[in-house]
Parts: sequence; structure tokens; C-alpha cells
Amino acid sequence: MYEEKQSGMTFIVKTITNLMIGFMLVFGAYVVLYGHITPGGGFPGGVMIALAYILVTLAYGRKVVESMVSGVTGSIADDVGALVILILGFIGLIIGGTFLFNFLPKGTPFSLFSAGYIIIYNLAIMLKVGMSLYIVFLALAILQRVVTTREENKGDKK
Amino acid sequence: MDVIFLLHLLLTFMIIGAFITVEIKNMLSAVISIGAVGFALSMTFLFLGAPDIAITQVIVEILSLILLIRATVNVDNVAIEEKGESVFHNRTALIFVGIILVFAWIAFKSLPPFGEPLMRVSNYYLSNGLTLVGATNFVTSVILDFRAYDTFGEAMVLFVSISGAFAILRRWKREQHKDFLRIDREH
Repeated sequence: MYEEKQSGMTFIVKTITNLMIGFMLVFGAYVVLYGHITPGGGFPGGVMIALAYILVTLAYGRKVVESMVSGVTGSIADDVGALVILILGFIGLIIGGTFLFNFLPKGTPFSLFSAGYIIIYNLAIMLKVGMSLYIVFLALAILQRVVTTREENKGDKK
Repeated sequence: MDVIFLLHLLLTFMIIGAFITVEIKNMLSAVISIGAVGFALSMTFLFLGAPDIAITQVIVEILSLILLIRATVNVDNVAIEEKGESVFHNRTALIFVGIILVFAWIAFKSLPPFGEPLMRVSNYYLSNGLTLVGATNFVTSVILDFRAYDTFGEAMVLFVSISGAFAILRRWKREQHKDFLRIDREH
């Protein structure tokens, strides 16, 4: 990535981003997966993962982050999250008689696979929240670029 | 130190920060002071014993700060000055603030005192949560099992608002960025 010195921020910011990005993603996944045991859950974990990608966007520019997760991929992941929640609700409706019924076995407390379908619900919320906020940031970056290029064009015409 | 005293300190800090946000002319400074208010709010949640909400508040505050700075840093950095003060606007604002204060006084008088909540439904959740759901974090067991439908609605609110934002912004992007979303390819 050293060839693209023109896009993004300085070398210091890029190095620190390289060091931090793994920790941020792992901690976000931990907060999501252990949301039913320790404080946390799908929403904060998803926002942490979105923040990791936003950090890459700020440090390296838009093209590098779009080669990792493009706008179309993010939007599809967002829709998959929404669909998983809906499917969970209808499976609960068929098995238990109420929408979003907790149909999976409860397990033993304090173990990872306990509390029924909550872990799947958390993962779906992570996809939904994280990817949609990341796409919002990407759209803002694109919008700003359009506005600035328009202003530059106006300046050229003058 | 007493928790109540710390809470009063944080609340005073938040009120001052909110006043600065409204009154300051520079937009970047306004964004930064609203960020200070948000972090003080997260510390308030921590002192009240709600780590789930404190984590969410910190993380969302960072994200919204980045978005707001990104949105305001290149724009005209000074707020629009008002041309002349309208007497009618000030009077209407005063009347509505008075009405809101009267109703807030009535509403706050009927609330239970601080630190002694009514435990009607919460008692059921606390005593039966572990056997019915199996989750040791009771906040998660309430928002994802007992009240899962509310959480479903919240997730869909995000979905609908972002769809609306894209529908509005689409016309601007259509000329130069046709490869960003599939909606743009169809047109």
C-alpha cells in the first residue's frame, strides 16, 4: 500500500491503523458473541466493527476500503441481517405460536451456547447496524467528493 | 465521594456544554462541545450502574462525532447570522417553554423518588429471567427475548431511515457514481 502515498493521511496514521485494526475487529466480535453473558450486544459490537472500517477509510482513503468491503457488499450484508431477524421471527411463530419465540434450547448459564436464539439475533443485529452505519459513512464521503469536484469545475470555468 | 454529588456535577457540566453548543458561532466547536456532553452522559450511565448503555453511548458518540466533523469541517465554518430579532418569535418561544415547564412539573411530581423504582414487571424479569431465557446478562434477555419485537422495530427504523436517505441523495450521485448501488444501475 506504500505506492498510494497520495491518498489518505500520513505514514504515522497508516502504521497505527495497521496495528489497531485487528484489535478493533476482534473486540467488536467479542462484544457481539458474548453479549448474553457480559455487557454489550449486537448494537455496540456492530458499531465497533463499522468504526474499524471507518478508520481505514480515514487513513487510507475510499478506494482501499472499497476493495475490502464495497458498497454493494455492505448493502447486501445489511439486508441479510434484516432478513435473518425476520426469518427467526417466523420460525418462532411456526414452532412456538408467537412472533420471535425463543425456540432453541436454553443450555447451561455462563457458557457461550446458551440463551437459545439470542446469539443469532445478536449476530444479525451486528450485520444490520455495522454495515448500515459503514455505508452511511461511505455515502457521505462520496457526496463530499461530488460537491468538491463540482466546486473545482466551477472554479475552472471561471 | 457521594454518587449523587457526582451526578449533579456531571449534569451541570452537560447543561453548560449544551448551552455552549447552542450559542457558539463556530460550527466545529459546537460539534466538539456536543461530543463532550455525550461523553459526560456515558459517565452518568456508568455511575448509575448501567454498563450496557454506557458502552453503547461511548461507541455511538464516537461515530456521530466522526460523522458530524466530516459533515461540517469543509462546509462554511460559521453559522448563519440572524438578521434582526423578531418579537413574535421570542414571545411564542417563551409561551411554549412555559407550557412545557408546567406539564413537566405535573409529570415529574407523579414519578417515584430517585433510586426507588416501581418494580412490577421488572421483578418478574429479574426472578424468572435465568430460567426462562438462560442469559446471564439481564439487559440482553429483556431486549432480545422478553421485548424482542421492540428491538426488531428499532433495527427496522435504521433500515428505513437509510433507505430514505439514499432515495434523497440518489439524484446527486447518479451522474458520477453509477457503480455504488444497484438502484443506480437500474436507472
